[in-house]
Amino acid sequence: MFSQFMVNAWEASTIVAVVAGVVGFFTVLRGSSFAAHALPNGAFAGAAGASLLGVNTILGLGVFSLLGAIGIAGLGRRQRHDVATALAIVVMLGIGALFLAMTTEYAPEIFSLLFGEVLGVSSSELVPTAVIGAVCVAAIVLLYRPLLLSSVMPDAAESRGVDTHRMELAFLLVVALVTTMAVPVVGTLLIFSLLISPAATARSFTNKPLTALGLSVVIALATVWSAIALSYTSNLPIGFFVGTIGAVTYTIGRGWTAWRHVWRSSPGTSPSGSSRRALVAASGRRTGNAEGGKI
Amino acid sequence: MRPASIGSSVIGPGFFASSPVHVALVVGAVAAVVSGVVGTFTVVRGQSFAGHSLADIGTAGGSAAFLVGISPLYGFVAMNLVAAGTMELIGIRRPRGRDVATGIVLGAALGLAALFLYFDATSTSTTGATINVLFGSIFTLPSSIVPIIVVLAVLATGLTFSLYRPLILSSLSPELAAARGVSLRLVGIGFLVALALAVSLSAITIGAILSTALLIGPAATALRLTRRTGTAVAAAAGFGVGATWLGILLSYDSYYWTPSHRGWPVSFFVVTVVFAVYLVVDLLVARRAAAQRPSGREVA
Repeated sequence: MFSQFMVNAWEASTIVAVVAGVVGFFTVLRGSSFAAHALPNGAFAGAAGASLLGVNTILGLGVFSLLGAIGIAGLGRRQRHDVATALAIVVMLGIGALFLAMTTEYAPEIFSLLFGEVLGVSSSELVPTAVIGAVCVAAIVLLYRPLLLSSVMPDAAESRGVDTHRMELAFLLVVALVTTMAVPVVGTLLIFSLLISPAATARSFTNKPLTALGLSVVIALATVWSAIALSYTSNLPIGFFVGTIGAVTYTIGRGWTAWRHVWRSSPGTSPSGSSRRALVAASGRRTGNAEGGKI
Repeated sequence: MRPASIGSSVIGPGFFASSPVHVALVVGAVAAVVSGVVGTFTVVRGQSFAGHSLADIGTAGGSAAFLVGISPLYGFVAMNLVAAGTMELIGIRRPRGRDVATGIVLGAALGLAALFLYFDATSTSTTGATINVLFGSIFTLPSSIVPIIVVLAVLATGLTFSLYRPLILSSLSPELAAARGVSLRLVGIGFLVALALAVSLSAITIGAILSTALLIGPAATALRLTRRTGTAVAAAAGFGVGATWLGILLSYDSYYWTPSHRGWPVSFFVVTVVFAVYLVVDLLVARRAAAQRPSGREVA
């Protein structure tokens, strides 16, 4: 399980899980699951185009996911966000279908892009994965405060001079980078699950943003490591394990929230209200208050 | 140039004589109308993500059915009904919670799809099934599929129209609807079932891409033009049928465009038409709105 090609798989998936845990926290907080699905899926058009032109897959994925991010943000200015995302993904997939029709013998490669081939990651693929991953995490660290504020309270963010449209574009560009980094190594399905389930589960356990972010990374790592181990021993596709583990951890998280809600059924403090307050407090100037604030 | 030769240069030779084209035109139109009707409410209710997800989720059911040797259509429909129920079950009232609930169900279903497709591929040593389910191929539909399609279409549109008033009310003002005794939960489930049936129908016939394109594109265009739901439903269905037929025609013609005689896919053309119409309408409406404000400051 730890031979050379497996070491690559462990390393690549660890990088992807850390980045997905961090970016996923904001994906869930902002309600951007659809974009997290649309960009990796739509970017496959870029991979198909790259194979048509004979250039590097990462280049094609990067160009298409960045264009997709700009497209979603642009359409989203005058349209509901989910509609803008739906339009963007169908356009990307339509172009992908055209590229696909122009090439031949592409089916197995599509399969691997969709469902990932983490067990086939080569050492040379690790460097771009690590570099782009580091850029993603750095971007989130730099944008942390305004991004948190614009995610939780867009109106308050505007009044403090944060341009929410620009924040949305910045966040989508980060998701596009995550796509470029992760799709060649783990596939679209895996990166989508890793962006949603760990962060959604983490939010069920804590309302403090930094704790939730850390917990999201831990759950993402646990998910991907156990999925690789299970996939290796059972010889079944890794995507199946990541998807299933994601659903199970999320169910546990929801169960925990429900149980805690019943257990401490003090009237007047709905969990959603208190989580909102904690997030607002943390995204404001005086972070010290949030730590002492009740959950 | 005589009219007949103009006609034959626009419409490729044998277009109306071809039996696969007949089936494609009929099935495409049915899918477009159903998508337009259900799609208008999908856009109004902000459920585009669910609408798109169901097209992907059904793949798990389709591939499972393929594995046990029954028609993928039944697996597709069954899986989508289960998924729609699960989404409503765990769905939280707030839109962001619903977004996550949809995402979790989609992730789990895609995981199952990966498993079933893996079994399919190892038992038949082909990944062609994946591509077919994902991209659909309207020109290879057997005409025997038409009766099942019609049943699904009648169920989906019938359910939507029977929920018409409570749907509009609960979509625009949930509080008012609840005050008038409308069960939001029941309407929500009813609509998701209609959505699941509509998406199954379109995804299995014209593919996942076109399923979402025809569900959201024409409806979003129509809703930019009018606020009246009834008008929007009719316009969305009309736009959808027009785009589908134009796309099929262009795809058929494209066979003669290149020396290699390799036709371009229908999905590419339909998506392009749908998106171009949306962009033009969106720009015109925005420009008119800006012109009506004398101050000239555009409110985003």
